[in-house]
Order: sequence, then structure tokens, then C-alpha cells
Amino acid sequence: MSRPFTTLTSVAAPLIEDNIDTDIIIPSREMKTTGKTGLKDGLFAGRRYAEGRVENPDFVLNRAPFRDAAILLAGDNFGCGSSREHAVWALAEYGLRCVIAPSFSPIFAGNAVRGGVLPLVLPAAEIAALAAVAGPLTVDLPAQTVTGGDAAFSFAIGAEAKAMLIGGLDAIDLTLLFADRIADWTARNRAARPWVYLGSA
Amino acid sequence: MPSLFDKLWDRHAIATTEGGATIIAIDRIFLHERTGAAALNSLAAAGRSVIDPARAFAAMDHIVDTLPGRSDVTTMPGGTAFIRETRAACAAAGITLFDIGDPQQGIVHVVSPELGIVLPGLTLVAPDSHTCTQGAVGALAWGIGSSEAEHALATGTLRVMRPPTMRVTFTGTLPPGVTAKDMALALIAAHGAAGGQGHAIEFAGPAVTALAMEARMTLCNMATEFAAFAGFIAPDAVTFDWLQGRRYAPQGALWDRALADWQDLRSDADAVFDREISLDVSTLAPMVSWGTSPAQSLPLGQPVPAFSGSGSRAAHDKALAYMGLAEGQSLAGLPIDAAFIGSCTNSRLSDLERAAAVVAGRQVAPGVRAIIVPGSSAVKRAAEAKGLDAIFRAAGFEWRESGCSMCFFAGGESFGPQQRVISSTNRNFESRQGPGTRTHIASPETVAASAIAGRISAA
Ligand code: SF4
Repeated sequence: MSRPFTTLTSVAAPLIEDNIDTDIIIPSREMKTTGKTGLKDGLFAGRRYAEGRVENPDFVLNRAPFRDAAILLAGDNFGCGSSREHAVWALAEYGLRCVIAPSFSPIFAGNAVRGGVLPLVLPAAEIAALAAVAGPLTVDLPAQTVTGGDAAFSFAIGAEAKAMLIGGLDAIDLTLLFADRIADWTARNRAARPWVYLGSA
Repeated sequence: MPSLFDKLWDRHAIATTEGGATIIAIDRIFLHERTGAAALNSLAAAGRSVIDPARAFAAMDHIVDTLPGRSDVTTMPGGTAFIRETRAACAAAGITLFDIGDPQQGIVHVVSPELGIVLPGLTLVAPDSHTCTQGAVGALAWGIGSSEAEHALATGTLRVMRPPTMRVTFTGTLPPGVTAKDMALALIAAHGAAGGQGHAIEFAGPAVTALAMEARMTLCNMATEFAAFAGFIAPDAVTFDWLQGRRYAPQGALWDRALADWQDLRSDADAVFDREISLDVSTLAPMVSWGTSPAQSLPLGQPVPAFSGSGSRAAHDKALAYMGLAEGQSLAGLPIDAAFIGSCTNSRLSDLERAAAVVAGRQVAPGVRAIIVPGSSAVKRAAEAKGLDAIFRAAGFEWRESGCSMCFFAGGESFGPQQRVISSTNRNFESRQGPGTRTHIASPETVAASAIAGRISAA
């Protein structure tokens, strides 16, 4: 169960580089426990902190007015690399609820939807236009629009991802509504392909 | 008309959700100690159980040390908790764990095919991006996050939007000394690290059919570096021969039945793909990465390119600065500090055999730290039975226990800032092998030859 996502108004922090991988989002060494929380201090740690873990003043999230940004603008292939879901948990815990990029790693995009973070796809030119907006942007997921200043763009998103984000739905609960069909299918498949079912064939 | 992907998908499609996702049956799930405990504990906390523990497996690979005499204590700060919590969670859930000291322990994507856990026609998921490796046997295998792992464990299914399809056809014949790793790097260099964006990619063509089973795994391993949803290869006699008799593969009459079922696992002649690309391998040379993305790779001997207009100038310059290189510089002959052979890309027996053939009777260059990490404990034993460890040790290589080791940095062992490492791994991202470490990825034979020369060199 994640926090429902409908509309979001915030300044957008520009981090417009291609291939921001999950190790940049949260370095492996920052994942100190086996749980899902306590990750926000590790967000972008390699960029955010200089020697001695003091803030690096050049990093976008350490600069006004982006410190409290809830929207991140990024480049192609955002979230590539390790499948670690901690990348999404760290973003959400920090308060970044929407990443706008020309493309996302498929694993990251799936994780984001489950973690209540909107992976919003726009062409690079439109992202550049949003980066030029001085004030806040508003992301309206039900309407599928991003607006701010003179900029107004619409975006596409799959119906499943949209419904899950808006409802903050738990995917397992939704799937268990299909439990009977899953059980029927499994029984038929077990008869046809018994070698799939280890220890019970 | 259907492609291999269509067949794999349709075999597993149970229902369609209102949002247009498919509820797809998951035949196998594999966990490791980096994220396994998080998924299993979160599942238990929600009051749910694993629907079929016999089809779930776990291995200790990411955090466990690869130093001799290892235990639950690792060089990774806090690593012991990951190991112990994963062990406890697997025991509680009734999941088979290939633990430290188990003869079958090793890297998930090496162990799973080696034991016949992944099979043609199956779906397999793991909370690990290189799960695509296992598509090499003709399975649909892909990496997921922890929440999806919970979903798969609890329901035996996942909700997935059907991905677009791509066929990458490799034509021609590989020149001697050029490998599946070079094919993958050449493909990614030609089309970019996002080139396979979200596609289910079938690797096909004569140059793929000609690959041995383990080389096919190397090729599929790199599909995630191409931003693919999954990568796979139609199973054939090479696949079936390699799998027959493995511990979890069907035996006897069941094997025959399975084999009959698998004959259809190929794209029909008139199959249609959303995208098709092809690459002639006949003119390929050993590849080495120069930058901080696998797309920034070039044939050994070619100079580091000037900025060309793909990506941004700033990113290009940043990669050069990170790597301590200049445009126009040649990688051939560049002095190295270390050489690493390991990872789910290139740590199987055939990889070690080819590296040993390069190393035999020679010495690692003075001042170069050279490390071999077998992909599994079984690979380690097999290599030792063939005397490969003696060849490597005599040359000055460290011979390690199996695991992910320094393929990635988790806060423990690393090569050090600005250290230049040639590595048979899959990722040359900034700080992947340690803060500030400069990684050049290449084939095991190129790594071995470079270790001997003390400079980046072809075998
Ligand atoms: S060997 Fe490297 S790439 Fe493969 S699973 Fe381990 S850490 Fe990941």
C-alpha cells in the first residue's frame, strides 16, 4: 500500500543527465538495513555529500529552492542498473513523488508505480521547457498533464499504472481477486507440464 | 506467426486486468541475500505466505565474502544481518537456500541454469537486474523489484504489461578470440544503453546459434545493459544437451515429455516483431569500454571517440574526466592497476578455461592485482579438477570463493579511487567497483591478457 497519487504541485529539481542509475540514486553502501525505511539520507549520497558527509553545495537538492522539491527532471534511461527498489523507497521517503524523464529502465518504472512514485515520460525538449519554468509545476495524474508557467504538456501512462497510483492500491490484493482463475489455470498447467512443479510432480 | 516471445507469454497468460496488464504465471522465483530478507519479511508481516515454496530458491552471493575461510561475517558493513536474516526468512518460508558452505552456492544466475532450475519455456523472476541471463535457455526471465518479488511469492503470478518485442539478429561468423561479450558490447555501443528500451528481445541468427550454452548466457546477461525487459534465445540441441541430467531438470519419461513440449519454442518463420535490428559479427574485434556506460565501448585499438552528438557533451566530458582519459587516446597499452575475472556475465567454467589458456605459463605484470572469482562453488570445483586454479595461482592471480565479489561495491572490498581495473563484469558505471574506481569492461580473455601485460591488451 503506497500513498495515493493524484495531483502534485512543486518546484522541479533538474538533474538532466542520461543513465542516472540506481547506484547513483542510492549507493549500495547506503542500504544499511534489510528494511524499506531509513533510506532518505542515502538518496543521491555520492552526489549530495562531500568528504566527511558535509553537503555538496553544487548538488541540485542542496540548493534553494530545490531542497524540498517533490518533482525531479531527468535524462534518458533513468533508474537503470541494479533492480534495487530502495531507489524508489529513498526517493519517496525524501519526498520526491514524481520523476519526469524521456525514458525509464523498465524495472525502475515498475518499482516506482508500486512505491507511489510517478514515472512520467515526456520528450527531452519538453523536459527542457519545464526546467526553464521559474515557479512550481503541477502534475495532474487523472488529467495526464504537466503545467507550469507558460508550459503545458500532456503525457501518456498505462491504465494499470495510473489506476494503481491514483488508488495507492496493493497489487497483491488486486491479484488475489483472481485467485480462483489462478488456481484453475495452475491445475490445468500442472497436468500438461508436470515438470514445472518441483517436489510435487 | 507467433514469435518465441508470443509463445512464452501466451503459455503463461492467466487473465487480463482492467488496466490492461496480464496476470502472468511465474514458474520460478530466485532470491538473494541483498533483498531476499526484505521481501520475505515484508510478506510475512502482511500475514501472507509463499504459495509454492518448492518453486522458490535463494542463494548467498551478493554480500557474502569471497575471501578464503569466509563466514557470516563479511567486509560489507552490516552485511552479517543480511546474511542471517535471509537464512532465517528462507527457513521460515520453506525455501531452498544455497547457503555459505553449500556445494551448490554461487551467483544466482550461474547456479540456476547449472542446476536446471531454469528450463526452456519457463518464466523465472528474481529481484536482480541480470535475471535476463537465464533467458539463454529459452526461458522468459526478467528482473523485478522487491515488491514484485513479494507479489510473485504470494500469488505465483505477476501483473505485467505485455512488452513490445525486438529481434536482434547476429549474422556472420565470429573471428577467433572474439566472444559473446564482444557481441553484446558492440550491440550496445551501436544502439545506446537505452537501445532495447523495455523490449522483450530475442537474440537470433547464425552467430547466436553457433554460441555454446555458457556464451549464450553472457549475451543474454547484457540485455539489461541495453534496457531490455528480457533477453532470450530459442532453445535447441545445444540447450537440451547442456541441461539434461541437471539436478532440478526433469528426468526419465518426464524429460522426454518436456523435450517434446520444448520443440515448439522458436519464432515462426513469419513471426512479426515490433523492432528488428541486425549486426554482422564477422568484422568484430575484442571490445573494451572507455567510459561509464557499456555503450561507451569500442574495439580495442580504436581511439576514444570525440563527442558525436548522441547523448550530451557534458556527459561525454564527465565520463572522460572520471576515467582519466582524453579524446583520441588509445586504450590499447593503457596501464592498469587491477584485473578482475568474475560476475554472472563471465565466470563460468568455459570463461575460466579461456582465461587460463591466455595465462598459462606467464606472470601477472608487477604491481597489478589480479583476481579470479568463480561464478559458483561448482564452477570452482570443476576448475580445480582441471588444474585451472594452479595455472592462475602460479601466474599470480588470487583464487577466490564464489560470489558477486567486487563486481559491485557494497561498502566492503574495493579497488580504490582512480584505480584502473579491467573487468569481465557487466557494468562500468561510476563507482560500481568502488568509489572513484575506473572500470573497463571486456571479455575474460582480454582481461587475462591485460593482467599479464599490465596494460590493456588483446589476447
Ligand atoms: S555478479 Fe554482479 S551483476 Fe551479477 S548478480 Fe552479482 S552483483 Fe549483480
